[in-house]
Amino acid sequence: MNRPVLELRNISKTFPGVKALDGVELQLYPGQVTALIGENGAGKSTLVKVLTGIYAPDGGDILIDDEPVTMAAATDAKRFGISAIHQEAVMFDELTVTENIFINNQNRNVFGLLDWPLMRKRAKTLLQYLDVNIDPDLPLRELSVAHKHLVSFASALSVNSNIVIMDEPTASLSHHEIQELYRLVRRLRDEGKAILFISHKFDEIFEICDRYTVFRDGQFVGSGEITDVTQDDLVAMMVGRTVQQVYPKIDAEIGDAVMSVEGLSHPTEFADITFDLRKGEILGFYGLVGAGRSEVMQALFGLTPISSGAMHLNGKPFKPRTPGDAVDQGLVYVPEDRQHQGAILTLPIFQNITLPQLGGLSRSGFIDMAREYDVAREYATRLQLKASSLSENVENLSGGNQQKVVIGKWLATNPNVIIVDEPTKGIDIGSKAAVHKFMGELVAQGLSVIMVSSELPEVMGMADRVIVMHEGRIVARFDRQNMTAEAIVTAATGA
Amino acid sequence: MKNTSFFGKLISHREWLLGAIIVLMLVGVGYTAPFFVTPSNLAEAFDDTSILIMLACAQMLVILTRCIDLSVASNIALTGMCVALFNVAYPETPALVTLILSIGIGIVLGAFNGVLVWLVGIPSIVVTLGTMSVYRGFVFLLSDGEWVNAHEMTPQFLALPRATFLDLTVLSWIAIAVTLALFVFTRFTKTGLSIFAVGGNPKAAVYSGLNVGKHQFITFCISGAVAGMCGYLWVSRYAVAYVEVALAFELQVVAACVIGGISIAGGIGTIWGAALGAIFLGLIKNALPVIGISPFWQLAISGLVIVLAVIINSRSEKRGGRRILREAHQ
Repeated sequence: MNRPVLELRNISKTFPGVKALDGVELQLYPGQVTALIGENGAGKSTLVKVLTGIYAPDGGDILIDDEPVTMAAATDAKRFGISAIHQEAVMFDELTVTENIFINNQNRNVFGLLDWPLMRKRAKTLLQYLDVNIDPDLPLRELSVAHKHLVSFASALSVNSNIVIMDEPTASLSHHEIQELYRLVRRLRDEGKAILFISHKFDEIFEICDRYTVFRDGQFVGSGEITDVTQDDLVAMMVGRTVQQVYPKIDAEIGDAVMSVEGLSHPTEFADITFDLRKGEILGFYGLVGAGRSEVMQALFGLTPISSGAMHLNGKPFKPRTPGDAVDQGLVYVPEDRQHQGAILTLPIFQNITLPQLGGLSRSGFIDMAREYDVAREYATRLQLKASSLSENVENLSGGNQQKVVIGKWLATNPNVIIVDEPTKGIDIGSKAAVHKFMGELVAQGLSVIMVSSELPEVMGMADRVIVMHEGRIVARFDRQNMTAEAIVTAATGA
Repeated sequence: MKNTSFFGKLISHREWLLGAIIVLMLVGVGYTAPFFVTPSNLAEAFDDTSILIMLACAQMLVILTRCIDLSVASNIALTGMCVALFNVAYPETPALVTLILSIGIGIVLGAFNGVLVWLVGIPSIVVTLGTMSVYRGFVFLLSDGEWVNAHEMTPQFLALPRATFLDLTVLSWIAIAVTLALFVFTRFTKTGLSIFAVGGNPKAAVYSGLNVGKHQFITFCISGAVAGMCGYLWVSRYAVAYVEVALAFELQVVAACVIGGISIAGGIGTIWGAALGAIFLGLIKNALPVIGISPFWQLAISGLVIVLAVIINSRSEKRGGRRILREAHQ
């Protein structure tokens, strides 16, 4: 085999509380498509950011044509001939197609001014090469998601790069568009470019990739020729854990249904969501990022209006129009994004905990601070909150303790149903265990918990039943007897 | 997801809408008071609006990057006082040198804002609210609260903005030149394009290798340069420099941008929009007294127009959310 055009050796990247990449390696060869495979949180996106100069690695070497290089900024990646098509829409809605394609790679005329006629012509040529009919003068916001994607392709191709990174390029494309994309990937490959193809979908990995590299929990697991492995081998590499993490699952007595949801639909985000939630149960919602789980939860909480479907809570029709309605009827939601949706970071702990029930703690419009403190103290003790004082601002707490404050705040309203969205995302192991233990205690007390999680061990360790979503629909249901890591991952990838 | 409603079309061509309103107002005012629409009177009204036009165009660049420059009026007062005192001390200085000096002082004041935003990371509204007071405080320190009056200024210092060329004042020509130059800058330079990008989607800008803070710094320098130049033009046009020069004028500048369809959320706007927004405000100021509307109504009308413009802007900035379900199911 020829020499790799790009090689990563022992690359590490640590964020507060999380080791996103732990000594990983990767080789990309010219004229080959390499698949990068791993669960959510395996470190794939972090790796892309390292390769494109968005993040500087803490350690390790990046070699291009056997020469060690440093990438300090996105412009360096361009200099080394690396271009990336990112998973998230990192384009400019208000600029035209041409402006987007040449955002950092413009042509100038003899006066040193931007040569728009030439760039428009080049944009047309690039779009023709991609076989799409897009007016290069349209603002990007008027294009469909698929066409936006193709514009980002054109942008990546406008730089003459040998290394093309595609981060889940088919995530928002239809079947026909995916076929077009495959054709394009093959053409780039045949032109000798090295392609890194990040995907969750095994069918496409086997269809167009030549090699694979698997990451798990920020670590390199294995790599090789795609023809030497089966889908089962790859799944085993993705989920295989030698030591099963210990989850303090308390088996609570599971009673009758407290909540039922029938045919819940939204015009664009989810459809036909039907499930029951029973007393004392932890119901897991698993799926890839963007499968529509959070959107369903927000609908249950009255944040997102639904187009059809019915819900019952405690035997009564449940139609929350605002989160306030949901809280009044005993359903609370602990959001995924603590910083933005969960806690008011600049307020002290006790005020955060009592925020949803200030009405009950007030006397003739004035807040009874002593009672406020009592309530806060009770829940801080139950959650084993580590803070020097309840007057400390939430922003000074660790991620895990912030999460405890957010959970405590909702528990203080005495709910029947508590929805936790990615309860342990980005918090350290110790805090994770405390949050898990606490969830077990909640169901033991007769509450029902819906847990949205992208972490397979968490779902398998904590949930009594698991519902798997894919592209806005429920695709599989498991209970503890028939739940296997392989089956859950396979369902979530839509395979 | 095309915005095809009548309302949507109207607001997506803000410049044409504003232009049409301005023409309608001219026709209406001209019907009541024909002398208002004579070329000489229109030239005078344009001259009166020139400084606002330049400042609005420069402010637009700052707003595009999701910042705001509230210190422009104080910059005018400070730079104006500096060049007036300089003129008193060195009466022989040619007017062109004074003009260049005022641009230089303005850039320094703008760059100070820019450094605090870029390298220190303070929100621009806080930075410029602070420098707004600091710069005006310096005017007092420099002048001891005294006025520099017309008789202390040299004739060439006073003559520059008033000289006429092809029936328009030099001040008007400078405003036209600045507007055209900023148009070329926004449309035909890499930096200009990047300013739209960093404001429209800062995250994507980082992914594209653009430095968000640096471009914010650049816009503050431009805003400062234009404000500094306007400082000289202001004191020479009104032939007086004192502490309260252009007091609260920054609000009119920001208002002109808002009326011109510049999104306070960043990334959206055109030079023509900002210029027409300024012309619109100038027209209200100059035309309403002519048709006998009291100054208090002028304030109320300007205010209402600004609120209306903000409502229109917020409607036109609504963007589509993401879609999870496959399009076939819709």
